[in-house]
Amino acid sequence: MNAQPQRRKERIDRGIKARAETIYALSSLEELAYLLGPRLLFIVGFLALPLILAPWPYWHRVALSVCVLGLVSVSFDFLANQVGLVSLGGAFFFGVGGYTAALLNTAWGLPPVLAIGLATVVGAGICAVLIAPCLPLRGIYFAIVTLMYPLLMTRIIEAADILGGTEGFRGITGFSSVWTEAYGLILGLLVGVFGLRRYLAEDAGLVIRAVKENDQSVRASGISVAGVRFKALYLAGLLGCFAGAYYVHMYRSVGISAFALDLSILPIAATVIGGGGTLVGPVIGSLILVPLSEVLRDFGSLRIVVYSLVLAGFVVFRSEGILVFATRKYQQFERWVEV
Amino acid sequence: MSGTGPILELRNVSMHFGGIRAVENVSFQVEPGEVVGIIGPNGSGKTTLINCITGFLKPTRGKVLFHGRDITGMPAHKVAQLGITRTFQIMRPYHSLPAYKNLVVPLCSPRARRTGGWRGGGRHGDRDTVALDILEELGFERDSRVPYQAAGTLPTGYLKRLELGRCLALNPEVLICDEVFSGLSASEIASLVPLIRRINEQGLTILMIEHRLRELFQVARRVVALSYGEKITEGPPEEVTAHPKVREAYLGSEEEGC
Ligand SMILES: Nc1ncnc2c1ncn2[C@@H]1O[C@H](COP(=O)(O)OP(=O)(O)OP(=O)(O)O)[C@@H](O)[C@H]1O
Ligand SMILES: [Mg+2]
Repeated sequence: MNAQPQRRKERIDRGIKARAETIYALSSLEELAYLLGPRLLFIVGFLALPLILAPWPYWHRVALSVCVLGLVSVSFDFLANQVGLVSLGGAFFFGVGGYTAALLNTAWGLPPVLAIGLATVVGAGICAVLIAPCLPLRGIYFAIVTLMYPLLMTRIIEAADILGGTEGFRGITGFSSVWTEAYGLILGLLVGVFGLRRYLAEDAGLVIRAVKENDQSVRASGISVAGVRFKALYLAGLLGCFAGAYYVHMYRSVGISAFALDLSILPIAATVIGGGGTLVGPVIGSLILVPLSEVLRDFGSLRIVVYSLVLAGFVVFRSEGILVFATRKYQQFERWVEV
Repeated sequence: MSGTGPILELRNVSMHFGGIRAVENVSFQVEPGEVVGIIGPNGSGKTTLINCITGFLKPTRGKVLFHGRDITGMPAHKVAQLGITRTFQIMRPYHSLPAYKNLVVPLCSPRARRTGGWRGGGRHGDRDTVALDILEELGFERDSRVPYQAAGTLPTGYLKRLELGRCLALNPEVLICDEVFSGLSASEIASLVPLIRRINEQGLTILMIEHRLRELFQVARRVVALSYGEKITEGPPEEVTAHPKVREAYLGSEEEGC
């Protein structure tokens, strides 16, 4: 089939990764820069975004939407690819965080910072407790049941006319300036992504990986698998609820659209494009998806076609995702060798 | 946790799967510090029996007692917390993790944190070091790449030891081995036998399911024989192998070891 079956691609690690994957042998500043460079680029890039986009308020808003989708996507990626729970409850996290913040702000008069903080911590707890009964479910069953949660919430709110009914809440306090608004969100995103990565690098993260690979062995080791999954659910909930709570304060209102299924579905696309299991990848995926969808706004209903084509293209040609591909290119030389 | 009486006791344990009587009315006791062998032909219910002991299955009938305390139907991780651990007949390593990280997982469990892990080593060093110490004791050459290799790339001999290591890391009181010798060459088994002895001498009570009878009898001084889920006899190796029902169950092939 292949025209040149005698050649194959050889990959050689750049000489910095030594022995165990966690032990690096650093010998110079260059190597340090080599290791930290990509991370710094990512952080500085996001911190610079509001400054660069300051002249264009529309695109400034778009950048913030990138962060919001990024947070929910990281939460999806963490659960799906690290914990092994494919959750379509992204919209549920988002909505619970949003409504909790709205209530705390309108009913108790908490300022945005406190409302968002509390909504994140408490909202994640509510989500984890409500989803916990589904934890024995696996794979597609867990995915479908978690998808029911946001659907159910919209119906309950509509039918029972609670939490403001179809109207939702208005008059929620906004941020004091566009800068606090932008940097609070970006900081939340960076802390979320790198905090989770840190956590996964620790022993607690090791147990999470172990549960995904072989839950029976984990049980035989005296660790409650349900407990580990519950904790992971809470962590993922933190990111989703933070995004929801923040969004509500940005737009100063909340309605049943907070439970719209976009935030259950789009994270899958962002993760596919960016690279699953990396946590940074889904943010990069969002960085591509959100502006793309803005550009395509003029195409009307054709938009979804272009959107799908881009996604299909990624699945076919770069199914590993941008970040996994880029990491490999960055860490390894490739050359053709004769066999 | 000391005291007299058996460390582990099974009272009329039965496990039925629908119409299949995988384990039927099995009772026996294990004294502290003993090595007890469990033998029986394929499908005689050995694995099912230890699933019942370790909480992976809830027995249909009967009781499991640990230090006289009823642990029947307790969830598997709680049983392990009490100090009963088991290896899996079909090995269950964490494939993508380096071998030594496989042992860090049990070292993170509450029991290991409380007791310091295998022989309390965790009180002094960090978990990675303790894991490497245990692996070294189990014959992973410390200065080689082997302990750092992804578990999925290790040959069977090492994986069997890794199973043992995962159990030992928890610092258990009772170790249950489900056919650790099967799939190994004679020389590999020969190196495992003294290891099992040494573990036993450190105070662990061991329950060994084995088909390799000759090797089993080098460590186990008492044997329980199962056939079609029922206990047919129990006693010292010579007596058990001489028992007519055991000979019948093994069709006279017990010396070959399946
Ligand atoms: N989960 C289950 N559902 C139904 N039947 C089962 C189940 N587990 C085991 N069995 C049946 O119970 C019987 C005993 O199986 P078990 O695995 O305990 O045997 P074993 O003595 O460990 O055999 P081997 O020497 O092959 O490991 C077999 O007939 C098996 O088919
Ligand atoms: Mg078996």
